[in-house]
Amino acid sequence: MGPECAKLSIFFIVSWLCNGVRSNSVEQKIYVLLNNTVPCVRLLNATHQIGCQSSISGDTGVIHVLEVESDLDWVLSSGPNPPYMVVMEAHLFNRTTMTRMKGSLRVAGVAVVIPKVGPPQGFSPHNSCPNEGSGVYSSSYGPELAGCNTTVWNPLGNGLSYEDFSFPIFSLREDNETEVIRKCFREHNVAVNGSTPQYPLCAMQLFSHMHAVTNTATCMRRNDIQTSFGIRPEMVCDALSDYNVWGSVVPLNNTAKGHQEIQSVVIAAAQLDGRSFFWDVAPAGEGSITGFVTLLAAAHALSTVPEPERNILYTFFQGETFDYIGSSRMVYDMEKGTFVIDLENIHSLLEIGQVGLRSGSRLWLHSDPVSRRNSTVDSEVGKFVKNLKTEADGFSFSFAEPDITQPLPPSSFQRFLRARPIPGLVLTDHQSAFNNRYYESLYDNAEYLNVTYPPSLTAEEQLEHVTETAMALAEVATVVARALYRQADGDVAQLSNISADPKIVTQMLYGFLVQTNNSWFRALLSPEVQNILGPHPPQYYVGVSNSPVNTPTRLVQYILANLIGTPRNLTQEQCQNPEGVEGESKELYSYYWVQGPVPPNSTQGEAYCVRASVRLTKAYSPAFELQDYSSQNYSTWTESRWKLIRARIFLVASRELELMTLGVGVAVLLTSLLVTYFVSTKADLLFSSSREPASAAY
Amino acid sequence: MTTLVFFGCTFIAFGPAIALFLFTIARDPLRVIFLIAGAFFWLVSLLLSSLVWFIAVQISNKDSASQQKGLLIFGVVLSVLLQETFRFGYYKLLKKANEGLLALSQEDTMPISMRQLAYVSGLGFGFMSGAFSVVNILADSLGPGIVGIHGDSQHYFISSAFMTLAIILLHMFWGVVFFEACEKQRWLSLAVVVTSHLLVSCLTFLNPQYEGSLIPAYLIVFLMGTWAFSSAGGSLRNLKLCLTCKDKDFLLANHRPR
Repeated sequence: MGPECAKLSIFFIVSWLCNGVRSNSVEQKIYVLLNNTVPCVRLLNATHQIGCQSSISGDTGVIHVLEVESDLDWVLSSGPNPPYMVVMEAHLFNRTTMTRMKGSLRVAGVAVVIPKVGPPQGFSPHNSCPNEGSGVYSSSYGPELAGCNTTVWNPLGNGLSYEDFSFPIFSLREDNETEVIRKCFREHNVAVNGSTPQYPLCAMQLFSHMHAVTNTATCMRRNDIQTSFGIRPEMVCDALSDYNVWGSVVPLNNTAKGHQEIQSVVIAAAQLDGRSFFWDVAPAGEGSITGFVTLLAAAHALSTVPEPERNILYTFFQGETFDYIGSSRMVYDMEKGTFVIDLENIHSLLEIGQVGLRSGSRLWLHSDPVSRRNSTVDSEVGKFVKNLKTEADGFSFSFAEPDITQPLPPSSFQRFLRARPIPGLVLTDHQSAFNNRYYESLYDNAEYLNVTYPPSLTAEEQLEHVTETAMALAEVATVVARALYRQADGDVAQLSNISADPKIVTQMLYGFLVQTNNSWFRALLSPEVQNILGPHPPQYYVGVSNSPVNTPTRLVQYILANLIGTPRNLTQEQCQNPEGVEGESKELYSYYWVQGPVPPNSTQGEAYCVRASVRLTKAYSPAFELQDYSSQNYSTWTESRWKLIRARIFLVASRELELMTLGVGVAVLLTSLLVTYFVSTKADLLFSSSREPASAAY
Repeated sequence: MTTLVFFGCTFIAFGPAIALFLFTIARDPLRVIFLIAGAFFWLVSLLLSSLVWFIAVQISNKDSASQQKGLLIFGVVLSVLLQETFRFGYYKLLKKANEGLLALSQEDTMPISMRQLAYVSGLGFGFMSGAFSVVNILADSLGPGIVGIHGDSQHYFISSAFMTLAIILLHMFWGVVFFEACEKQRWLSLAVVVTSHLLVSCLTFLNPQYEGSLIPAYLIVFLMGTWAFSSAGGSLRNLKLCLTCKDKDFLLANHRPR
């Protein structure tokens, strides 16, 4: 029967036959759908598939809640009702337990209950040596430094994010739903006094079937077959991609690509994305937000002073977590002459890495020991370091350089070095291993960065409340901005006028870490993109190419435009198309129609036009452009497609009850066949009465 | 593997109906036609009652639980009355059709007796109402879950199947008794049929106390069955004769006067 088949009459009959008023669907009586779940999905690169998947019709298992590690024995050996769906506390979600479960056929799937605050000893599902295959260090470039030989950057990384699991893994939040699961488990699945638990048992079903398998080359080939021969092509995977954001102090002509004669550019870079074990939840607090918020604040500080001699280019790279998608694409474009500058125009580069968790009062300036063997590069780097150190005088922190034999930490700068020995520095809060104990994990969030507010504050007051983290980052931003100005040969007399505003830093941190839907973000965005704002922080997972621009990318684009741009007296039409307006140029600037702040005692702000040299460029790995799906040089990460992601819990009946039902059914059928046959053969006899001899019925 | 439950429940709910169809209906095309026409009449009655129900729900206060409960009772009563009205309409139609058939027929006896029509149309009603009451429950019985996460009884599927079986059988018996009553203009019997139908439908309000609804329902099935048996010409004596296998003598004895 079709679902629409007389819905009302079915409703009527069901409610008539069942018990009534409250429930109108049998399904609601059987299943509890879990809404607050996030799955782990399959990603593929040139050689591997990673992530998780269920079978095509979902994986079902009896729930077993793990509280201590020894509970796992019940799941893996002693429990009488396999397969089991393991619901575990986050502290058990580690390499040991996952490896044990991976080898067992008695595990149908895993659901991890994620608390807000991470385990104190730290947790990182990422590799211990992030992006080791796509950085600059290889057998041909500093072979003694390749593969984290000298420094393990993420010693807490257990590599779970890069494992391939054949069962589904979902995350649950610590909320009512999880309580329902626990209650169901306690009521039905807990054995009393060592006896085996009695049916009906509480079970869970997870759907996360993935369409792509093996590796990117395989799934892209299948995509091609689908598009060339399929009537309704069904893609199996999509390349991870989004957009980079760039902005410059002196506007760059967007139509003149390739080498620019007179340009000498100092690049200030940061990364925009992060990831976690689960799909599309990546808070990336310390991992990315501290870096790009600092850079945004520095860019704002520099917008108040006259333009320096050299240009400064702010770049925000997307997809860096997945083998440097954004930076490798920008370098590729520069090499091909399809970017506004090329590699020769780059004077020097400063990348801001993780800067939110200082241990002590020092920040670290990492440089590349291999390129510094060249004396010109070494002296340039030395000058840059000196600039930064000078500017840090009088602040609560100082800069230091790690040991000269230490390689660069994972950074976008490495992709520039692969192309050219550019003098550059990576600014971080760690000397060797990351200070971040939750690198690329779910716990790298506002709480971890101590961006917390007194509970008495309203949302609007929280937005204005300057946290200590914001103060610290504003200081770093001030120093970075002054050093960049000096590096760009700006007027030294102006240096004291450059200072980052802690209020703007705190507003950005609030927007990027707590909730995007705040009055400050609303004022900076154009009216038609307001719908990307929500009462939660955005997710920093890069996502796939067939979706629109990612929320963080869009936010950074608009914020950068507002912070370094200038308001223009243009109408909305002129703002959309400033062609022919005196003094305006579409080639040099982008024009943004922004909503404007809402004045007190009013509901609607006055929208106006902002012009800024801020643009998006594709962060789409060159490997896909070149159709080299097993590329060694470029990122080949793709995300599998899927049809259904769902999690639900319900009770399952014992085999005996099911067999009994079937037995009764068969018995009823056979008996009625026999009786009917008997009656119909003897109908003449049975239904003939002496009173009515004629017309015997059957 | 809840396909087991699915087949078990299907066999329980429709086993007897299928057996009856195979042995008594399927061979005779005329009976098949009347069966389907009966099912159609039941469907039309359902359509009407669901229409009324739909309107009533729209104009009612959706937040008031007592009003919704009252509405449900009203719906059940209305639906039962409509079903019985349509049974009466079908009887009238068959009466007409039978005259026509007699006129067309080359023999001078009717090709199908009124009693047979009563049985066939009752089974038609039963088939359709059974299908509508249990099909979406059967769809959900494919699993993987069973009812009970909110604390309901896990015997929901099997009790629904048995209730459906009871309703199918009852429709058959009601058909026989109803037509007989109409033929003989015994209005009291008619009233008993309608009342027992109302009673059985209202018994389902006792769910999920399945014993509370199933036991009285089967009691009514037994009583109605006996009544239908006797009004179809059966008697205890015949049954005894049948069961003691004295049919041969009886047949011989019975044949002579013919």
